[in-house]
Amino acid sequence: MQIPAVLKESWSGATVLLALLLFMPVLIVFSSLLQPEWDAWEHLSETVLADYISNTLWLAFGVGAGSLIIGTSLAWCTTHYEFPLRKSIEWLALLPLAMPAYIIAYCYTGLLDFAGPVQTLLRETFGWQFGQYWFPEIRSLPGAIIMLSLVLYPYVYILSRTAFSEQSASLMEVSRSLGKTPSQHFLQVAIPLARPAILTGTALAMMEAFADYGTVQYFGVSTFTTGIFRTWYGMGNEMAAAQLSALLVGFVFMLLSLEKLSRRKIAYYYQGQKVSSPKRQPLSRFASLSLTLLCLLPFILGFAVPVLLLIDWAIEVGSHQLDQRFLSLLINSFGLAASAAFCVVSIALIFGYAKRVRKKVSLTLPIELANLGYAVPGTVVAVSLLLVLTWFDKKLDALLSNLWGVSSGLLLSGTVFALILAYSVRFLAVASNNIESGLGRIKPSMDEAARSLGANRRQVLIKVHLPILKTSILSALLLVFVDIVKELPATLILRPFNFNTLAVRTYELASDERLADAALPALAIVCVSLLPVIILTRAMQASTKDEED
Amino acid sequence: MLKQLTLVFICSLTLIACDNKKSSTDNTASSAEESQTEPTEVNVYSARKEALILPVLDRFTEKTGIKVNLLTGKADALISRIASEGKLGSADILITTDIGRLMRAKQQGLTQPVESDFLKQTIPVNLRDTENHWFALTTRARPILYSIANVKPEQLKDIEGLTSPDWLGKICIRSSSNIYNQSLIAAMLVQRGEALTTEFAKGLVANFARPPKGGDRDQIKAVAAGQCDIAIANTYYLAGMLTSQDESQVAAAQKVKVFWPNQSNRGAHINVSGTLITKHSPNPEAAKALLEFMLEKESQAWYAEHNHEYPVRSDVEQSEVLKSMGSFTAENIDLSKVGELNGEALKLMDKAGWK
Repeated sequence: MQIPAVLKESWSGATVLLALLLFMPVLIVFSSLLQPEWDAWEHLSETVLADYISNTLWLAFGVGAGSLIIGTSLAWCTTHYEFPLRKSIEWLALLPLAMPAYIIAYCYTGLLDFAGPVQTLLRETFGWQFGQYWFPEIRSLPGAIIMLSLVLYPYVYILSRTAFSEQSASLMEVSRSLGKTPSQHFLQVAIPLARPAILTGTALAMMEAFADYGTVQYFGVSTFTTGIFRTWYGMGNEMAAAQLSALLVGFVFMLLSLEKLSRRKIAYYYQGQKVSSPKRQPLSRFASLSLTLLCLLPFILGFAVPVLLLIDWAIEVGSHQLDQRFLSLLINSFGLAASAAFCVVSIALIFGYAKRVRKKVSLTLPIELANLGYAVPGTVVAVSLLLVLTWFDKKLDALLSNLWGVSSGLLLSGTVFALILAYSVRFLAVASNNIESGLGRIKPSMDEAARSLGANRRQVLIKVHLPILKTSILSALLLVFVDIVKELPATLILRPFNFNTLAVRTYELASDERLADAALPALAIVCVSLLPVIILTRAMQASTKDEED
Repeated sequence: MLKQLTLVFICSLTLIACDNKKSSTDNTASSAEESQTEPTEVNVYSARKEALILPVLDRFTEKTGIKVNLLTGKADALISRIASEGKLGSADILITTDIGRLMRAKQQGLTQPVESDFLKQTIPVNLRDTENHWFALTTRARPILYSIANVKPEQLKDIEGLTSPDWLGKICIRSSSNIYNQSLIAAMLVQRGEALTTEFAKGLVANFARPPKGGDRDQIKAVAAGQCDIAIANTYYLAGMLTSQDESQVAAAQKVKVFWPNQSNRGAHINVSGTLITKHSPNPEAAKALLEFMLEKESQAWYAEHNHEYPVRSDVEQSEVLKSMGSFTAENIDLSKVGELNGEALKLMDKAGWK
């Protein structure tokens, strides 16, 4: 089956076009730099810019480090040691992913704030007054780092666990025969081999931290995102706000390029074919129990505590919210997230293969650029996208009314299509990082071997690639689904009339400072997100079982 | 696995489609009942939350048969959406809080004047645009709230008094990113000029008990818990806490009392929630009908009772909780100017180190 050259060209042309479409909102952000707002910049640099930069960098690197440490150590422990509850922990550790960052921030503030139950209890028990004791301030930069790390570490965990579990036992034996201790093996062999996966996960967590608005705003930490909205809403200077966003995206682009550059010379085609799966090491009773506790900690702090608190609040304010409207919120959230996740992952697959097949810069660069949307705050993406879509709508409307005298009105903007496009811009990076780390495990020689054995392209795809890619596709679907269920700012701006989601409802109540009322929709977000987590875990466990059989 | 997922995908698309179709058939059904010339629907962009506006809109539909399509969101984002939709725009009405936003929409040329004798008679002159582009629906006050345990009301007088060293480390207020604070400072700029306002902002920041964080309710809770003695917050937050189902909120709110500042001079700071009709409104007739409906006694009474804001109509009763906070003299200034100075106010707070 030969693909004609013309078709091949037009196929890659279409891919580039699609990538450029997704890059458009970011491009609009950058184009604002053409008209610099010197006055606004002078004011910003004299007053708050230094704060924005240092807080943003601290936040991003703090969250990166936090997620990296929690994620990789969890992944390593669950793949290499045997201890009680290990199987449950494997999927429990994924659950914090379902918790929107701003919700966990609200929960812990409610719990640990000066006026909250913990400090009040301390004061009542010991008769302390304000200022007579020290208690860590949750609403601070370190607090924000901890909150975000607690819900973002699953990105690292999910990717590095796949990487670790694919390292065969023989590797460990080789290390041991060369006199390496298990910890040396971990640091010198396992980690470097899993480096692409670990760094990809960390980069995702950091990008999410860069774009976070809800948590930092609530905690009163001034970062680039809060600065963007201050400049836009407060000063009414949309241009300067866009320029701040451009600076933010510039930062992220630099970081990503540095990471890419650092591993430019290394080819990471690790042989997926295993002689034997790594055997989990048994541990002494004390060690295994403490490991259980330690591994349960991220789940407890990132999921169990806030969920219990939410349940408590939800019971308190009653169930009067459960009505027909609530049902349609559920349906909207689930349907939107499922269909958009499907689209985003499909695009990521197309891009992943395009990059694999043709390594030309003219193709890979637009695709790389399309991934940048993840670091841009959702509102900025949405507003730029609105410009693109309404421009198209207006042109089409003018054309049609000139030709046939009919008006098409707002065809694209304000529809579900606009939402799906916005999600694609925002979350493509999540999907494509998963897909690419999956594709990276398929050595080109495998294709060649299969082809030489007489398989055609289709068969190679279905019989060789698909089984290897399955876990990556599934985890991409899961991550994007959950991200979309939680997504707020773009949904808020772009959605059609009379169309609400759980995230919108939660935001409305929470931003009105009615946290207890927001508990029920917040719980529903968590529940909707749980569904794919369960599907994914089952699929993952099934696929590892296949290999073990 | 993949087959199952495809199935989920198709199912979910159908679900959304059905859900939307249902609402659109509702739409055609109601339009069939109406005669051809009557307006049948009106599209509302609202920065007020669904729960705070929907009952009034539902009542409007019930009375007139005009269907209301609602899109809620953040004010500035909604204004951006109106701006980029331009002449194809579907929004008829924008409902939002804060004068700064109403003025911004007007300055961007997104509004149209509404000629209505009813509105002119019902809304006091200072609470509507001189060119009839925007109209206030309610007013809200931002007074001083003090700890009953630690502060005697005799210690308080004007809001400027809060800059005195007596209050060092005793004041809680939220971030300057919040538009209520921006309007507070902008209103002061209008009345007292830049030098005195800067002095006030710097003095206030020097007395902060903690770096600003959280919302207005958090400031009230902090006063109740003893972290600070004084908070500046909008009255409806205190009212909301006092009438909350959550006992801890009620208990906290009861430890705090309202003090009306500047009663012997310019009056306490107030702001508005308001509404306007967009320039390219596709259903201007229905929009005007809705605008007027929101100023009917019935709607104003609902607002007063449920949101604990002050109705703009003097013939509508305030809620019991608001009445218990006492009556006061409000600032009487040109709100349009306050809206125009919003950006200046923010810069001033940046310079004063108000986070």
